[in-house]
Amino acid sequence: MAKQLELSNSSGSTSSDITNKKEDSHKKRYSHILWQLFFSTLFLSAFTFGGGYVIVSLMKKKFVDELGWIDAEEMLDLIAIAQSAPGAIAVNGALVVGYKLAGFLGIVVAVVGTLIPPFVIIGVLSLFYTAFRSNFWIALLLEGMQAGVGAVIAAVVFQMGGNVLESRDGLLILLMGVAFILNAIFQVNVLFIIGGAIILGIIRYWHQKGRDGA
Amino acid sequence: MSIYWELFIAFLKIGALSFGGGYAAVPLIQEEIVTQRAWLTMGEFTDLITVSQMTPGPIAVNSATFVGLRVAGPVGGVLASVASVLPAIILVSCISWLYFKYRSLAGLQSVLSTLRPAVVAMIATAGVSIMEHALWPTDVVALDHMSWHLLGIFVFCVFALVRLKWHPIAVIIFSGVLNVVAYGISLLFAGVGGL
Repeated sequence: MAKQLELSNSSGSTSSDITNKKEDSHKKRYSHILWQLFFSTLFLSAFTFGGGYVIVSLMKKKFVDELGWIDAEEMLDLIAIAQSAPGAIAVNGALVVGYKLAGFLGIVVAVVGTLIPPFVIIGVLSLFYTAFRSNFWIALLLEGMQAGVGAVIAAVVFQMGGNVLESRDGLLILLMGVAFILNAIFQVNVLFIIGGAIILGIIRYWHQKGRDGA
Repeated sequence: MSIYWELFIAFLKIGALSFGGGYAAVPLIQEEIVTQRAWLTMGEFTDLITVSQMTPGPIAVNSATFVGLRVAGPVGGVLASVASVLPAIILVSCISWLYFKYRSLAGLQSVLSTLRPAVVAMIATAGVSIMEHALWPTDVVALDHMSWHLLGIFVFCVFALVRLKWHPIAVIIFSGVLNVVAYGISLLFAGVGGL
């Protein structure tokens, strides 16, 4: 557990002489992380309208920009992990962030936090869902919120895509463009795109290693 | 076989096989709960999908909650919901463990660096498909079918996020309220025009 904690705690000390006091503060920090994780996933899950990808933007805002517990590149790796397992991106995204921050217990906390909002909402709506479905004002509210969700995702794409462009790595920029065209226009399954990118990375590594060796 | 066990197995299967997430899971859920087990009628299932689109939360989890509650009460709801995410919990734990153990290796670093642009592209795709639904509510993608006021809301939201640094959740709530208010104002003008 302490090891997990140090992963996420950039200012954490790694000295070997851990006193009781330090252990205490570690424990306190660990439970602080768990609570923060629980409330964040609970809150964010309630706003994952429009297919779940919006949770990527929301978690980036919370854990990368506000708390600084995860760095931006790592966040993209975590999304790739979330995407390569079966299941919804909203749940898997919370799971992988939970694991990163607090190990297996983090996963449990993140799952509980993520499941409570849809459980409560569907539980309540199951009683009168025809009235909800056909309510004009709710439809209007949701229509507007789709534009907002689109904007939240667009903003995170500008930011993350900007980082890729700034790397000035021609191959990566080309890859981003090709992957987008394949996924958005030709509707190629994301698993193939992830697989293709992994193969490209392996080829590139061998190529570079061969060149360094020569 | 107990109903709890049957619910658990059905949603475990849905959770394990719904690669790609979201709507990719719909035919699978339909097969399990409508065709094979008749827990819902096709009409009820269609309603469930519609409500899922209108509420937060993944379709697989929503249908697990709904079916579980209907068939076996609160315990069934909890059991089915947990079953629907259990395969993901196990797989994500394994992959995460491997990632944190080996990510400093040079080879894996290289693979991860080519994976990141692909992930950005996938997020962009999700954004585009949401925008398609938002801007062309009639599903006819043409300039004269575009919903201009929703485009306006979108542009303002991007500005609020990037320049004004609003919190994303504030932006999402604001965009919904703005659409309702805009409609209210348009009614008001139509009323004045009609007089």
